[in-house]
Order: sequence, then C-alpha cells, then structure tokens
Amino acid sequence: MELWFTENHTQSVKFSIKIKRHLASVQSEFQKIDILESEELGRILVLDGFLMLTEKDEYIYHEMITHVPMSVNPNIKKILVIGAGDGGTIRELCRFKSVEHIDMVEIDRQVVELCREYLPQTACSLDDPRVHIYFEDGLKFVRRAENEYDLIIVDSTDPFGPGEGLFTKEFYGNCYKALTEDGILVNQHESTFYDEYAEAMKRAHSRIKSFFPIALVYQAHIPTYPSGHWLFGFASKKYHPVLDQNADWWVEQGLKTHYYNRFVHSGCFALPQNVRDVLRETKKESV
Amino acid sequence: MNLDQSRAPLYEAMREHRLNRVVPFDVPGHKGGRGNAVLTEFLGKDCLKNDVNSMKPLDNLCHPVSVIKEAQELAADAFGADNSFFIVNGATGAVQAMIMSTCKAGDKIILPRNVHRSAINALVVCGAIPVYVNPGVNKELGIPLGMTVEAVEQAILENPDAKAVLVNNPTYYGICSDLKKIVETAHKHGLLALCDEAHGTHFYFGENLPPSGMSCGADMAAVSVHKTGGSLTQSAILLTAKTVNANYVRQVINLTQTTSASYLLMVSLDLARQNLALNGKQFYAKTVEFTDYARREINATGGYYAFGEELCNGADFYAFDRTKLSVHTRAMGLAGIEVYDLLRDEYGIQIEFGDIGNILAIITGADRALEIERLMSALSEIKRLYGKSPVGLYDHEYINPIVEMPPQQAFYSEQKSTPLDQAAGKICAEFVMCYPPGIPILAPGERITEDILDYIRFAKEKGCNLTGCRDMNVEYLEVVD
Repeated sequence: MELWFTENHTQSVKFSIKIKRHLASVQSEFQKIDILESEELGRILVLDGFLMLTEKDEYIYHEMITHVPMSVNPNIKKILVIGAGDGGTIRELCRFKSVEHIDMVEIDRQVVELCREYLPQTACSLDDPRVHIYFEDGLKFVRRAENEYDLIIVDSTDPFGPGEGLFTKEFYGNCYKALTEDGILVNQHESTFYDEYAEAMKRAHSRIKSFFPIALVYQAHIPTYPSGHWLFGFASKKYHPVLDQNADWWVEQGLKTHYYNRFVHSGCFALPQNVRDVLRETKKESV
Repeated sequence: MNLDQSRAPLYEAMREHRLNRVVPFDVPGHKGGRGNAVLTEFLGKDCLKNDVNSMKPLDNLCHPVSVIKEAQELAADAFGADNSFFIVNGATGAVQAMIMSTCKAGDKIILPRNVHRSAINALVVCGAIPVYVNPGVNKELGIPLGMTVEAVEQAILENPDAKAVLVNNPTYYGICSDLKKIVETAHKHGLLALCDEAHGTHFYFGENLPPSGMSCGADMAAVSVHKTGGSLTQSAILLTAKTVNANYVRQVINLTQTTSASYLLMVSLDLARQNLALNGKQFYAKTVEFTDYARREINATGGYYAFGEELCNGADFYAFDRTKLSVHTRAMGLAGIEVYDLLRDEYGIQIEFGDIGNILAIITGADRALEIERLMSALSEIKRLYGKSPVGLYDHEYINPIVEMPPQQAFYSEQKSTPLDQAAGKICAEFVMCYPPGIPILAPGERITEDILDYIRFAKEKGCNLTGCRDMNVEYLEVVD
C-alpha cells in the first residue's frame, strides 16, 4: 500500500509526498491539523490541507524570518511573534543571548500541543524562560500594545483561513503602533509565481508600505512551498536592512546556520525582475 | 410551541416536486435555468431549479390552503401568534398591511415620529392621519428613543377616536419602549396595538432580550425575518392575534402584494422559522456574547461609546436590545457616516449604517470571532489615525416635526419645486431621509424649518445617502403650493 499526501498548489498543480505514517489528525476550533511522517522529508505539519513545514527544509524559513532582522539591530530585546505555533521561529530567536523577552501569540492551542508532542525539532525552545505564550487572536493582542516591541515577526498561515486577519490594513497599523521608534516588522509574505498568492502578496505589500517609511521584500528558496520561491517582508521605522546590516555582530554570536549567512543577508534583497515588476505594481494605500 | 417545529412543509413539498421531475410548461420561462446560462452559473443550478411558480402541490400565497398554510401555521406557533402571513415585500409590506388593515382614510393612528418610512408611506396610500408622539431624545447621542407610556396615554386622551398605536420594537439603534404597558394602555382605551419589529425577530427566540410584541399582547407585529433571522433578503412575516380578522388582513395584503410570490423567499422563511425554533436560543446567545464583547472592547479603546443597558431609564429608554452594536462616534470628532466610509473604503468592512453621530454594526451568531477582531482593530486604527476634537460637529439629531396636513393630502397636493435655501416656512410634499436608517427628516405635510434645512445640509456635506426626494441631488424640495 502506498500513502501519499497531496497539496494543491493551484487548481491544476499538485505537489505530492510519500507518507510513512499519519501521526495525528485533529480538528481544532480553528482548523484541521495533521502531522505526517514522510519517507524523505521527515515529519510534516499540515493545516487545513496546506503544508506548513517539513523537518527537512524548515530551517530555511525559520532562519530567514529571524536572522535577517536580528542582524540589522543588535539591540533587539523585546520581540512579539504572531503565529509560529510550531516553535521554529522561537527556536531561532532563543539562540540569540541578546534577546530578553519574547511574547508568542498563537490562536490555536492545539497546534502548539501537537507540535510539542510530534515536532520537537521545532518546538524545542518553547519552554525557554524568556518565552511567554498567549493563546489568542494576534490582531487582538497587538491592538493593545503601544511602543513596546523592538521586533514583530508575523509567522502566519496564508491569508485565507484563521490567518486572514494578519494580512489586513488594521493589523499592520496596529503593528506600527506596537513597535518602538526603531522597531522592525518582518512577515511571511507569500510569493509571486502563482496568481492567487501574488494578489495576496501585492495587497500585503501596499498596506505595509502605507505605514512604514522602509518597506522591502526579500526571498528564500523553500523547496516544499508552492513554486519553491518564497518571500518575506521587512518593514522598519528607521533601519535599512542592507545598509544597516551588522554583519560583524552577527558573526560574533557564533551561531551555526544552514541557509542564512552574512552574504545571503544582502543577497536576499536582490530580487528577480518578475518580483520587482509585481512590487512596482503595488501602490501605497492612503492612510 | 405546540406544533412539531422540526417540520418544514413548504421545503418538503418543494423537494418532492424536484424529485418528481415534472415537465414545466409554466412560468418562469428560464425553465430551471436552461434559458439563462450566465445567471445559472452565477446563482447556482439549485437556486434556479427551485425558482418555481405556485402550483397545486406547492400552494399559493394569495390563497393558501395546503403547504403554505401549514408553513404559516408553524410560523404562528413558533412566534406565539394566532396567525401568520408570509410577506415577500419585506417588513415594508408587513408594516403597510398592518396599518392598512387597521385604518381607513381619515382614521387616526398614534405613532412615534421616528418610524421607518414604510409606515408613513402607508399613510400616504390609505389616507390615515398620523398623531405623532415625540420620542424621547438622548441629547448626548443625538438619537431618538422610545415613547413613554404617559406620552402615549396623553395622545390617546387627546385623540379618543384614534384606531391604533404603532410601536417600534426596537428602534434601529436597539431601544425599546415599555411595550407591555403601552399595549395595556391602548387596549384599555379600545385601540389596537401594532408593533414594527423589523429589527426584532430575535426577541421571539433569544433569551434575556426585551419582550416580543406578541408576548406583550400586541394585536399585530411586522417581523423582518431576513434582517436577523436568517431568511433571504426581502422576506418577512406579519403576525396577528385573534383580536383581528385574519381573513380581512389577507385581503388587505393581497391589495398590493404580488400574485407571483417567490418560492425562494417563501421557502427561506419556512427554513428560517424551523432553524430559529430549533436553534434560535443558542444562535442569539452567541450573538449577545459577540456584542457584549465588542462593547467592552470598543469602550476600552476610548473615544467611542458603545452604549447599552446602562442607559435604561424606565421611561423612553425602557430596555436595550443587546444584539445591536450601536456606537457613538462624535466624541472622537468623526461623524458616524465618516467612520462608516473609512471602514468600508480603507478597511474593507461593511457595516449597516452611519448617521451623524453613530454607527450600527449588525452582528449575529453567524459571525466569526476573527471578523469581530477585525472590526475592533479597524475602529482602534480609525481613532489613532483620524480621531480629532469634536468641535464643529452638528450636535443634535432629532428634530420634532410640525405637522400641518395629513401625508396623503400633502403628497397629492399642487406642488412647486423650491430651492433648499428658499424652502424654510413652506410645507413639504415629499420625504427626505438618510437611508439607512430610513427615518424621515421630513415627511409629506410637515413644515420646513431652518433647523431642518441645516440638518439636511450637514448630512449632505458628510456624505449621507439622502433619499426620498424627487430631486435626486436634494437641491430642490417639492413643497405644497
């Protein structure tokens, strides 16, 4: 018998992974959570049928969403992470000794519980004393914060489903308010290859641009995400991600990485022409 | 409820009709959608196939004898009425049927001036004479409230020949009068008590809400089931007690209602009634959970005031409908209509209406927590980015009308188009209102004053959707010549 997990990347493009075992399947209040063990990619987290991570390539996403902002401002002490129930982003942040306090806001308690049980590779730092976990709506949490965080990381699902509030104008405006004057916002930014994702990406970018004086996009290659090419948003009130890169400081931290390094840092902001073209189509939304 | 509310006779008959695969040589001419491919693709095959006309097994709304009759009996049972009538022209149709089966030309009817236009429309059509009871006004919020029992009784004593009292239960903003006492007072003096419950479907099924019209002993109630009860837009139910002649009411309804009532609308009433009878209690409990939460969040944000039961005063603000999310915005320096526009244009959030000083969001048990959070966050952002001092905002909303002649007489009088700034002192021959909420600023037969003209100009400037006038741009008013 052969067992395959298939994700629809579009209506007419599929991506399939051969599965050894179905480890867990839970319908939470918010979504269907599945954890699979594959032949080749290790364990896999799937939410509502969409692949969130595989053990084999999760490091790319998690290093890129954390090390890029951390290398720009070594004084980042207090961080808000929204989403990130698998713990991978928290794991990377906890490697930085300079970080003093991390608030993690995940809407779905059951995602965290299942990841603790089945995905220790990513969930390993959730018990770090600097980490404070809140199970509530990210939009609600950030609304109450003002001038509080040096860095906000939005590690969300796609903008359809429980994560849709995290792609809205009200959310980015609230993030702006919650950040300190040298604050940085980094978010999972979809991709441009398939139209459906490209639209979400454009809308998100124009909304972020309307609040932040510096709003750029950077890329990474994530083999198991649709098209394999994925984007992140870097928005900041003060720092330019490349001009203000603190490469020496990052090297001093002595962190072993598998994707990110000081050269990838500046290189990842060099975008292919088709992505630049899509970004150029986005207009600043009025504030 | 005494009948088996899990039944849905019209729904069951329509299902059976589909299974029978009857060959349709009757209207509608799209023949189950085959005649209009784009429409069918857009609305869905099932929708078009269910768009049928009245026929023997499906009964006829004008003269119901089988499945529609049974469906209406179930509805009457569910709502605690003696009879019910399915209406396919909205609560507007139900309100008009209610007034027209109670009043003839020249008869008086006592009603608050903050009625929906449909009630005054009925007066234009049937020639009844309004006796307005001025509703109380909350000066701070700038909204009209309910009627006090004393004011109603005084109106009755001054007009002993009046036929009926009409009560909003609740108003658009969710404010209720002491309905039980008003009904008793009306009955004591031999008048009928009618309820406009366009915004009150949930009173019949939820718990810890203000009482419904029929439970207070009202003789008739117009219930807009589509608003918060889950049926399709434009469907409503007229409820009657045995104090009125149901067969006469049916005749009056048939004066103006279509003879080709939509089965999509009617079956939606049948299924909404079934759902409300079976699940209404939980549905509205969830609604109130959402609105109570939203009120707390909005009031914690500051600047806004999401008002509620704390304003109840035992008189013209007798009770509050907690399912309504009415929010006062003026203290933040923004007109309600400005917040309404910002929500829609900047945040992709559509609310029910914004007027001069308030917004109203309709929330039901069918909403999701994540969307409630979006509304809360967008309101907080609007305050942060657009909030200012309230100086210069118009500070009162409700203006007591001066009625000079009956609506019908004014509407059909010789008229002259007059520019807005020359209209003061004249008698208006038409309606002017912001829609929604659809409460007339001027109704036919009322004296135009500078105060009213100021109000109209301010509403225009702020972008309210002014309707009712012959001049679509509201630069001219039709006045009695």
